[in-house]
Amino acid sequence: MTAAPAAEHDPEKRAPVFEKIMLQQKVKARWRFVEKSSRFDAPEWRLLLPLGAFFVLFFAAPLVVLFLVSLSDGIALNGFTVAHYAKFLTDAFSLSILFDTVVLGIKATAVCLVFGLPLAWVCVHAHPRLRSLLVFLVILPILTSVVVRTFAWIVILGQQGILNKTFLSLGLIDHPLRLLFSEVGVVMVLAQVQMPLMVLPLITTLQRIDPNLADASRALGAGHWRTFRRVILPLWLPGLVAGSILVFAACTTAFVTQTLIGGARLVYMPLYIYQQATGANNWPFAAAMSVLLMISVLLVVYLLNLAGRARWAVRHG
Amino acid sequence: MARPRLLDLDRSSFRAVIGALAAIAFFFLVFPTLIVLLTSFTSTASLRFPPPGYSLRWYTALLDAHQMQQAALNSLKVAAAATALSVVLGTSGALAIGRSSARWAKILDSIFMSPLLLPALAFGFAALLYFSLIGVPLSLATLVLGHIAVCVPFVLRTTIASLSQLDPALLDASLSLGAGPLFTFRRVTLPLIGRGIAAGAFLAFMASFDNVPVSLFLTDARTEVLPIHLWQIIDTDLDVRTAAASGVLIFATVILMVAAERFAGLSKQLH
Repeated sequence: MTAAPAAEHDPEKRAPVFEKIMLQQKVKARWRFVEKSSRFDAPEWRLLLPLGAFFVLFFAAPLVVLFLVSLSDGIALNGFTVAHYAKFLTDAFSLSILFDTVVLGIKATAVCLVFGLPLAWVCVHAHPRLRSLLVFLVILPILTSVVVRTFAWIVILGQQGILNKTFLSLGLIDHPLRLLFSEVGVVMVLAQVQMPLMVLPLITTLQRIDPNLADASRALGAGHWRTFRRVILPLWLPGLVAGSILVFAACTTAFVTQTLIGGARLVYMPLYIYQQATGANNWPFAAAMSVLLMISVLLVVYLLNLAGRARWAVRHG
Repeated sequence: MARPRLLDLDRSSFRAVIGALAAIAFFFLVFPTLIVLLTSFTSTASLRFPPPGYSLRWYTALLDAHQMQQAALNSLKVAAAATALSVVLGTSGALAIGRSSARWAKILDSIFMSPLLLPALAFGFAALLYFSLIGVPLSLATLVLGHIAVCVPFVLRTTIASLSQLDPALLDASLSLGAGPLFTFRRVTLPLIGRGIAAGAFLAFMASFDNVPVSLFLTDARTEVLPIHLWQIIDTDLDVRTAAASGVLIFATVILMVAAERFAGLSKQLH
């Protein structure tokens, strides 16, 4: 080896080729290893059995039964009929309730977005010490009982509530506003109650955005607003979609908030289904309504996903 | 000189709008809870705010509210059982799909997370139909079964998140040093993902304890749970005892949350 030319011994000259070969070897070894370990891990799929069996028995099966009952004359699954769907879809009153429920979810989600985006922004950009306190404050409401939070709003929004009393004493209004039992009230309270569902995914995705991108954009002359619109927002979109989906789904099934704030005059699908299922004891009709509510919610969720992906493709396709 | 000033306006207006909206949002997140707490100490029989005087009379009144206590006990039992089962099912499921990037794992993941997207109320009604069709009478056990489906996603989410941060080399090292899969799980995997599981368990417990859409259909007079009981009281006659009960729930939540933050780093697990 000592007879070899000095250049070959020079580690700096040999390094690139040598490293390349080493890297290739490493990658190959890694792949073999992955293959081997995945074969080794094969028994892991058995870990899935308990959860899988549970979901088939106690999640999928009930939903199948719901669907079958909605297509039959009675709970005993006798006779096939689409009469319950026809009854719902030809009844203007029922259709308006379904429509109102979806619109309610969209409005509450929009309010959540308007306030959730700044909230998440502040949480991420705050001083680390302050940040954990802020995140704690965001999580606290979602873990406090929904009944408790809704109850708080009854105290606030009522005719004798704080809001009306403050407005009256400030001379902003002459007579108490009807905030309780109004759609505005329901949207406000739903947005407050479900806000953490929006903010948590927003924080997660905002944290993953490289801060250098915003700095670069500003260094190149774009202002804060333009940077936010053109750089941050497109990258933030996955979190926005995830949060919106969670909030929308939660708002459409928020029985407690809808009934307590909306009162008896504002009827949304959850209360309507509950009334039909218990009061009127009309199970097949209630089943058809449940299926229609599920389809509507999933449709909006699908559209939200699609919107997120379309924006993504326009930007990066 | 015009350019820097323009940029300043841009910067300050951006900060002002973001700051103002966030301040309003924080105010609205915290304010209702404080109102309930203050109202619960009122000395009168009305929910007027601010209360004319303060006392603990409604908290002592809770001691005689036997129906409410029974409902709270039922809620605790159901939440504990649903959480325990969700942790077992969710953790084993997470171990199976969490480390795989295969397509089927992604599909299964979204199926197991779907209870968070589907209207829970429709699922609650479906469960009622299912149990009555197969002839199983409603009990606390059927309620637990109904709650698990909506609790598992929380355990699954946090456990998969902590599994993704687990260095596979550690497991390989343990296995190649002769430890069996079970021993490896107990001594290597579990200590490393324990905080994730704990955070998920905490969320699952709260989700079950607070659940209304599923409980609405799966409970009867004997198995009444706390949120439904409170909802009925508020819906029929506004009783100040609900404010006191809310106060107890708020205090319990804060204590549990501080504990969860300490032991599981809850807020770090959530985002």
